[in-house]
Amino acid sequence: MDFLRPASWEEALAAKAEHPTAVPIAGGTDVMVEINFDHRRPEYLLDLNRIGDLYEWEVGEESVRLGASVPYTQIMENLRAELPGLALASHTVASPQIRNRGGVGGNLGTASPAGDAHPALLAAGAEVEVESVRGSRRIPIDEFYTGVKRNALAPDELIRAVHIDKADGPQQFSKVGTRNAMVIAVCAFGLALHPGTRTVRTGIGSAAPTPVRAKAAEEFLNAALEEGGFWDNGEIITPSVAKQFADLCSAACNPIDDVRGTASYRRHAVGIMARRTLTWTWESYRGTAAHTEGVA
Amino acid sequence: MRVNFTVNGRPQEADDVWEGESLLYVLRERLGLPGSKNACEQGECGSCTVRLDGVPVCSCLVAAGQVEGREVVTVEGLADFAKQRSCGTGACGTAEGQDSQTGEGTGSSPRAALSPIQQAFIDAGAVQCGFCTPGLLVAADEMLERNPNPSDADIREALSGNLCRCTGYEKIMDAVRLAAARQGEAV
Repeated sequence: MDFLRPASWEEALAAKAEHPTAVPIAGGTDVMVEINFDHRRPEYLLDLNRIGDLYEWEVGEESVRLGASVPYTQIMENLRAELPGLALASHTVASPQIRNRGGVGGNLGTASPAGDAHPALLAAGAEVEVESVRGSRRIPIDEFYTGVKRNALAPDELIRAVHIDKADGPQQFSKVGTRNAMVIAVCAFGLALHPGTRTVRTGIGSAAPTPVRAKAAEEFLNAALEEGGFWDNGEIITPSVAKQFADLCSAACNPIDDVRGTASYRRHAVGIMARRTLTWTWESYRGTAAHTEGVA
Repeated sequence: MRVNFTVNGRPQEADDVWEGESLLYVLRERLGLPGSKNACEQGECGSCTVRLDGVPVCSCLVAAGQVEGREVVTVEGLADFAKQRSCGTGACGTAEGQDSQTGEGTGSSPRAALSPIQQAFIDAGAVQCGFCTPGLLVAADEMLERNPNPSDADIREALSGNLCRCTGYEKIMDAVRLAAARQGEAV
């Protein structure tokens, strides 16, 4: 094994181009487990800890550019207003020690369906900035996950940052596990209201081969909210609408039975989380709308 | 490969380090610092917790090569670390760290014997088999540095990444409360 220690982003790209099989390591919270347990013996480890740029974030007009290695602790503490869904999800990651090391870049690189950041990224809307010596490109989050622990990266590409749309409405994240800390999600759900475009977006974790959006559920809810004038009148969402939304979210799952839970439990739990997160965010939206501009 | 870094305030050099080796392995097997415990090797239990540039991390998940040029504090250095913190900048604690690599205090040593959190664990009876204790000490000490008046919820959250299989959590809670109270009195 060789340990590559690029001191700059350019050096890292050059190293990845020269050794496409090199495994990038940042927080190490996935990679080191595999090495410790002898599940993986990469020929090259590519250490990204020395690249300061990856630990920075910028808050722009429309979006936040989040460096790939910004630890979850920093997201929780510094980006709660701009990225409430991701901040909530970050808080459910493992333990303080893990949140101090791990970041969204690693979650995306590993692309496990159980990664905690994915539902929040899908719900908020995001693009993954990846780069190689050939150039830079942005991959929409909906096209990023290609299979179980597979993503759209080319072998010579590295994840540099994630561009996440700033919240324009309430966001929520919910996760099922056996305790609050150190839990790999049995399943998880993210929901974001986008009053600006009058749309709702979702993200489902651990209930399909990849993180997915419940698109049919979103379309149903968008139409129902529009039809009922809910965005303007700020009324409570009709229970039948919430139920139909929850059922469609369950139907968007394609889960498996495993040690953490059965497929039918996951489908059920996703429906419950969908209804709850919708209720929470909608209550918040109604409260805000009443305060800021009055309700028609 | 060779790795140079600072451990408990002293420069260290580890040779013939395998590229896939963890910081925990280097500390225990190459530098003779077995205080950080090796249990789960997957970041679940927190018994290998150390400070890396001040931040609590699981040393089993840090690749040895990643600590090049950085500063690590282990449970062996916790007493000195706490002493220097309470002394402020350079007011005291000038000559420690020369005698023992393991940090086991000797009677004549100028080293601090125990940090306040260590003393509190003893006084509260928070040590049973002792295996989780080093990780808990490092994690609890860091929380008290950040948050001198923690609520019970704050303590539980700060220690949520540290497992005690003797299930002695109530005494551990007592110990952290005690250390916080003593810290408050001292100010």
